[in-house]
Amino acid sequence: MPTEAATSTASTPPTRPSFIDWFGRDPTVTMLGVLIVLAVIFFGAMAPSRFLSGETLRAMAFQMPELGILALAMMIPLMSGGLNLAIIATANLSALVMAAIITKMIGPTSPPQAMFGVIVLALAAGLATSLVIGMITGAIVAFLGVHPILVTLGTMTAVKGIAVYATNGGVIGGFPPPILFMGNGTLLQVPVPMIVFILCAVLVAVIMSHAPFGVAVRMIGSNEKATRYSGVATDRLVVGVYILSSLLCWVAAVVMMARFNSARAGYAESYLLITILAAVLGGIDPNGGFGKVLGLFLSLILLQIISTGFNLLGFSPHLTQAIWGAIMILAIAIALVRDRWVARLWLGKR
Amino acid sequence: MPDNDPSVKAAFRRHDVQIASIVVVMVVLFSAISPNFLSAGNMVSLLENYSVMAIMASGLLVVLISGGIDISFAAIAAVSQYLVATILVHSSGNWLVAFGLAAAFGALLGVVNALLIYYLRALAVIVTISTMTFYFAILMFVTDGKSIFNLPDWFTADLSLFGIPFPVVVAGIVLLVTVFFLSRLSIGRQIYGLGGNPEAAKRMGCNLLGLQCFVYGYSGFTAGIAGLVQAHRVEEVVPNALIGRELDVLAAVVLGGASLLGGIGTVSGTILGIVLLAILQNGLTLLGVSSYSFGFVTGLIILISVSATAYAAKRQQKRTVRHAH
Repeated sequence: MPTEAATSTASTPPTRPSFIDWFGRDPTVTMLGVLIVLAVIFFGAMAPSRFLSGETLRAMAFQMPELGILALAMMIPLMSGGLNLAIIATANLSALVMAAIITKMIGPTSPPQAMFGVIVLALAAGLATSLVIGMITGAIVAFLGVHPILVTLGTMTAVKGIAVYATNGGVIGGFPPPILFMGNGTLLQVPVPMIVFILCAVLVAVIMSHAPFGVAVRMIGSNEKATRYSGVATDRLVVGVYILSSLLCWVAAVVMMARFNSARAGYAESYLLITILAAVLGGIDPNGGFGKVLGLFLSLILLQIISTGFNLLGFSPHLTQAIWGAIMILAIAIALVRDRWVARLWLGKR
Repeated sequence: MPDNDPSVKAAFRRHDVQIASIVVVMVVLFSAISPNFLSAGNMVSLLENYSVMAIMASGLLVVLISGGIDISFAAIAAVSQYLVATILVHSSGNWLVAFGLAAAFGALLGVVNALLIYYLRALAVIVTISTMTFYFAILMFVTDGKSIFNLPDWFTADLSLFGIPFPVVVAGIVLLVTVFFLSRLSIGRQIYGLGGNPEAAKRMGCNLLGLQCFVYGYSGFTAGIAGLVQAHRVEEVVPNALIGRELDVLAAVVLGGASLLGGIGTVSGTILGIVLLAILQNGLTLLGVSSYSFGFVTGLIILISVSATAYAAKRQQKRTVRHAH
């Protein structure tokens, strides 16, 4: 009998150790953890001296944050049941605005105080650019009720169009040391971009799982209408979702332009669909409502290990991308089989 | 129902009429400013430039009507284009073989999408992003990004029918085939039904797996043909030439009134969407506006169009509610 099985399961006190209990509660985390361990063992066996070195770890810690911050920017709209296709375009335009201000206003002879002022001004201008884009996107999604894919497809095209038009597709580069430090420096042996990424990840995790805003956004992702009828101002929250997403694009812009020492309209375009892939692999429900930053973090680590590992083994980056795509499909299949298995156990069928 | 209201005001509430009137206004404007605009030469080259997009758009339209989405068709086009070109270079062939191979490879890769979506019960957008990444990355890995330049002479030779370039002829045929099965065959009505209400379609006895295989297979089929036509046009096969086109094509189809929620969309609307983008870009070029501004203008048009449609739908809804009370 299904009901008996259910009650007996519920009434049995947990006998498992709490660590396994904690780990088993989130199947996505378990799956990603196992995959990461397998990947480390595989690459460790294939290239022990090079893969298991501090240098490789450092290289990975420098590469992951760009994709990571952009994936966070994709995650928040995904959890609200939407999508932001404009993240890369937003990051590039805001990087270009900052780059233009810095390179125009700082010469090699500028005094440090002036340099500091200009950098603050540039960061503010970049932030303002991102916020305006986020506000426009959010307003159209929230108040006109247009499908987010369509809105962000439009903003992506328009924003990239502005960037291309203003620069003729060219590169703006050559930054002073304080900016370069943001992308290439280390603090206590930890790369600065990694610190920035972890700060962003913790902030997003706290907002999404503990702040009223995050809880409401997840409710919108589960059932927008029900959330609205229960007295939540969903319109304003949706605008907030896209503003927060754009804010993260600005952070990504700072890190990216510092790492490349330049900004361009067409940078990092291949990341766009990869961020969706990383988020979904990390257990973010593309229908909205569910997902954890921890899952996203682990999926980013897995993708980075695969990328660095194959690179060390001398394979082309294209093979890495193919494997990323295959892993995505595999993860969906594993989740499906797992859910069926759990459902069967629950119903007591053999 | 607004569709049965014969007044002019009601006609202008229809999306395709709106787009068509914008197209007419632009044609008048551009031909008044630049006498070159309406010349036969300009029109033919315009049609030729957008024929590949029109072929891919007809496949994507069918997927959107069925309530799905396909992001992988540009990658499918690139893969089948490369496979067919490799075969043609290494053995003799003709157009029939070329089309057969391209269509078969494309349809096969499209059906893989359908099977994954159906059996994994996953969102089409996620599955096709994954397969896009996979197909394209494998292509780049195997080919090392090398282009094929030594295409056979018969393949690159100019083929015009009564002065109409070959790509335009192919695009016309694909569009006609799409119109035919969408509006005249039972499978077309089933596709609309599937997009409008999947549960109802299932209870009506529609074969969902078969329909999905057809829809995504057709998208792959058109992608394969588009890739072949593209190779004929530019007389070379560059593995990454078609990548990045997927969102452009999606924009054109959406401009043409197709809904991402499924059940809505017409071939004539899609053609209007493409014509709108084509005329806009061509007109701007003739006016001497930098081609770097196309992106911004295109994006703006998409935003205005989707916002206007949503706004009209909202007002329509309010009006219906008011009438009901």
